[in-house]
Amino acid sequence: MKWLAAILLAALLVLLPFCSGDFYINLASQILIAAIFALSLNLLVGYGGMTSLGHASYLGVAAYISALLTSRYGWGHGPAAVISLAGTTAMAACFGVIALRATGLGFLMITLALSQVLWGLAYRMSDVTNGDNGIAGLTRPMPFGISLNGPAAFYWFTLIVAITAFVMMAIFVSSSFGSTLKGVRDQPRRMAALGFNPWMIRWITFVYAGFWGGVSGLLYVYYNKYIHPASLSTTSSAEALLGVIAGGSGTLGGPMVGGALVLLLKNYASAYIERWNMLLGLIFLFIVLVMPTGIVPGLSKLLRRGWR
Amino acid sequence: MAAPNLVFAENSGPIRIGMLAAKTGPLASGGIDMDLALTMFLKERDYTIAGRKVEAIVADTTGAPATARSKAQELVEKNDVHCIIGPLAAFEALAVADYLSEKQIPTLGVAAAEDMTQRHPSPWFVRATSTSAQCAYPLAEYCARELKYRRMVTIADDFAYGHEMCAGFQRVFEDNGGKIIQKIFSPLATPDYGSYVAQVKNADAIFLGTAGANGSRFLRQFVEYGLKDKMAVVGGMTALDESVLRNMGDEALGILTTSWYSAELDNPLNKVFAAEFRKQFNYDPGYYAGGSYVSAEVLEGALKATRGNVEDKKALMAAIRGGNVETVRGIVKFDDLGSAIGDLYIRKVTRKDGRLVNSVIRTYPDVSQFWTYDRVEFLKNPVYSRDYPPAKNLEQ
Amino acid sequence: MQFWIIQGLNSLSLGGLLFLLASGFSLIFGLMRLANLTHGAFFMLGTYFGAVALRNFDGLNLWVTALGAGIAVAAIGGLFERLVLTRLKSNPLGQVLVTLGMAFIISDACLVLWGGDSIPVPTPQNLRAPTRFLGFVFPTYRLVLVGCAVATAVALYFLLERTRLGAMIRAGVDDSQMARAVGIPVSNLFTTVFCLGAGIAGAGGVLGGPVLSAYPGLDADMLPLALIVVILGGIGSLLGAFVGSFIIGFIYTFGTALFPELAYIILFLPMIFVIAFRPQGLFGRVGA
Repeated sequence: MKWLAAILLAALLVLLPFCSGDFYINLASQILIAAIFALSLNLLVGYGGMTSLGHASYLGVAAYISALLTSRYGWGHGPAAVISLAGTTAMAACFGVIALRATGLGFLMITLALSQVLWGLAYRMSDVTNGDNGIAGLTRPMPFGISLNGPAAFYWFTLIVAITAFVMMAIFVSSSFGSTLKGVRDQPRRMAALGFNPWMIRWITFVYAGFWGGVSGLLYVYYNKYIHPASLSTTSSAEALLGVIAGGSGTLGGPMVGGALVLLLKNYASAYIERWNMLLGLIFLFIVLVMPTGIVPGLSKLLRRGWR
Repeated sequence: MAAPNLVFAENSGPIRIGMLAAKTGPLASGGIDMDLALTMFLKERDYTIAGRKVEAIVADTTGAPATARSKAQELVEKNDVHCIIGPLAAFEALAVADYLSEKQIPTLGVAAAEDMTQRHPSPWFVRATSTSAQCAYPLAEYCARELKYRRMVTIADDFAYGHEMCAGFQRVFEDNGGKIIQKIFSPLATPDYGSYVAQVKNADAIFLGTAGANGSRFLRQFVEYGLKDKMAVVGGMTALDESVLRNMGDEALGILTTSWYSAELDNPLNKVFAAEFRKQFNYDPGYYAGGSYVSAEVLEGALKATRGNVEDKKALMAAIRGGNVETVRGIVKFDDLGSAIGDLYIRKVTRKDGRLVNSVIRTYPDVSQFWTYDRVEFLKNPVYSRDYPPAKNLEQ
Repeated sequence: MQFWIIQGLNSLSLGGLLFLLASGFSLIFGLMRLANLTHGAFFMLGTYFGAVALRNFDGLNLWVTALGAGIAVAAIGGLFERLVLTRLKSNPLGQVLVTLGMAFIISDACLVLWGGDSIPVPTPQNLRAPTRFLGFVFPTYRLVLVGCAVATAVALYFLLERTRLGAMIRAGVDDSQMARAVGIPVSNLFTTVFCLGAGIAGAGGVLGGPVLSAYPGLDADMLPLALIVVILGGIGSLLGAFVGSFIIGFIYTFGTALFPELAYIILFLPMIFVIAFRPQGLFGRVGA
């Protein structure tokens, strides 16, 4: 039943460019990028029990590395992407070692602090990063010689990456490693007593989440063709975190819905309602009061009840 | 009136003007003013320019570059706008520049970033206001030659706009025999200016290259630490803007600033505009309201020249660039890089009718973005930044 | 010499301001284990109340306004706690969502009500003349601000150590299950403490106003500072919040003056060290 729905959804997604204008195709690309970012954060928040307010670090660093290598040093997109992801993952490995010395609010604060340090460096080191002017005039890659400049082409590229990301993360959470992760989230002491190494499990998840954050960062810089320190800011991380929680942190579909919600409200609803910030806040309040575990779990509960 | 109507027979829809303004977030004050001025402009003309109906669609960029880009896409792809006024921040403008160029949308920017009309110009962009440093030049000359300041300190927000403005000020001030002995850059979001005020060295005057309300917040602390008795204060075009002046008190009196506009400008168009704006909104128009209104006037001039044809984008752009329009700031024309050449004003804060205003005390006519420098040489140098031109007279 | 003395005094006054901001946050987190991410917005709301009230009503003085703003913000906080937060006892992620959501609502409301301009809070008339000593000039109000922080700290100390309410709060911080078991009405206590924390933030906003001014984005600028102070000083410790505020005041003031290149990261580096090597902060009793 679930698989049928998934295949149907995939088919709709593939056919989207044939039934909408450029604006909606672009919007869909943005939603997919936000979804991957939210999913990667959810590995930490939902499955790992580690609430991070610095996930934008990975998006931003991957984007900046790619931007610098391609625009300033004339690298091709393929090698640039490899180095970006490698660099981001390495950074996630280091950050993980530092951040995992704390839990709860301390962990939140370290991730916040680390991302703020990166933001400060991006802002201040204007010789390297161009500071708050950002890096403009970037290009999109041409995999197999196909241009991604058109909205539909870029959308399908993003869709392929998004589906791959989703599948890879789904495998991760439903594997035996995923089960140990959930165990460590819920009962770290018992897991340790059973002989597992909670720190190692958390750290591996941290690195994996950083990797996929980097992937979303690459897509982000390809889409926007521009990168600015604001992408590394706490606001960027907070929006992703809010999306994950609002959508439902314990599920795979939740973060995607939540990420889409925040994106749509910020970019789309603001055309219709000036007080979109307030609306976003009210929606969060509403979600937490009515569906405390998030939209997706809340809705599926409602559907299950309605089924009977 | 028959000729214009013949042209519209084929173009039956309205002219759609998009506006990219930050209406929420820290830049909200400016964005809100831009929106109000444009709305007032259109209402005055009954939403009709050159005989054709006009629609304005205002998009909230929230002051974030990625959102600015999304909104630009929305305006172009969903609302199908013919031209865009804005955005107001440099990083917003840089984020949308290549997109708007690619889509060939005539853009009348308000953002001051130098390179948008210098080393990375676009044929689809003009800026009817000024570059970051353009207004600093005459003030620097005035400080050195008229006020005879010899040693000055500059303080500005630590981002490209502040860097560029201080660089321009430093260049002309030092070319005229002055010395900049200290350059302070404070983070854009500095809640407490106390530690910065305490760093200011003793000099003849201090130049405020701040944006938003930071100038007034710094000034308050400056007064409280007793420094206003020791040093004069001068400011750039956004240091003591009308929008900030309305919340200030006597500490602002007598301070000189420079800009391409003042609500007190004596020309007939501005007398009407400023009075009407004040009547509708209870405060004087400043940088952003003025910037939006002037851009709209320039656009109107171009639309009249093309007889309301917006579909021929190249013709519209040529008309905008070729314009010699009378606006509330004076006459505006553009150089071939899209930067405005117009009068610049040194203003002094005075009290008039019980409120603080920027009274104009000196006009520098027809100032270009290159001041008196040779254009070719100017463009060979790197763009102004925190470290360029190098500050050789800093004291430890 | 002048530099060190003036910046030293600046550090003290910034520290005082930070204590007024962070003490409420520390109280709330200590008792309720709730990271109240609305705290910056409560503070900003206080500043706006102060700025607007003092602008529109000539006869008011700053202290009365601070009290009034404190009560108003406490009331808003109390409503928020009762209607929304009580339902989120065991849902820390939900708490994050809701407190941030509330912060969005408050900050957007301030934008709608009072516009995008920065509104100054006037310094009380009798404190406007700067203090002059040994050839130095320093704003009098900032010295008074330090006094306010100390007074608040003393008042909170008495509340926590010498009153019955304080004893109940301390019991709740140490072990809320046992506290309930011995009949302490913990959920009413939670509401009281939340009101108190929000109220101090609101009053602190007014008192900080002459230094900061009310502007959109003040909440986002102040919240990280509150978090840093509490992390450094230690959760659940009033002494920690007090000492932490002044340490952060010193680091920030001297750091930005001596190492301007590090201005953006000067506060986060020490915080990372503290969390990495002493996660409970300087004086914390419980792990973060």
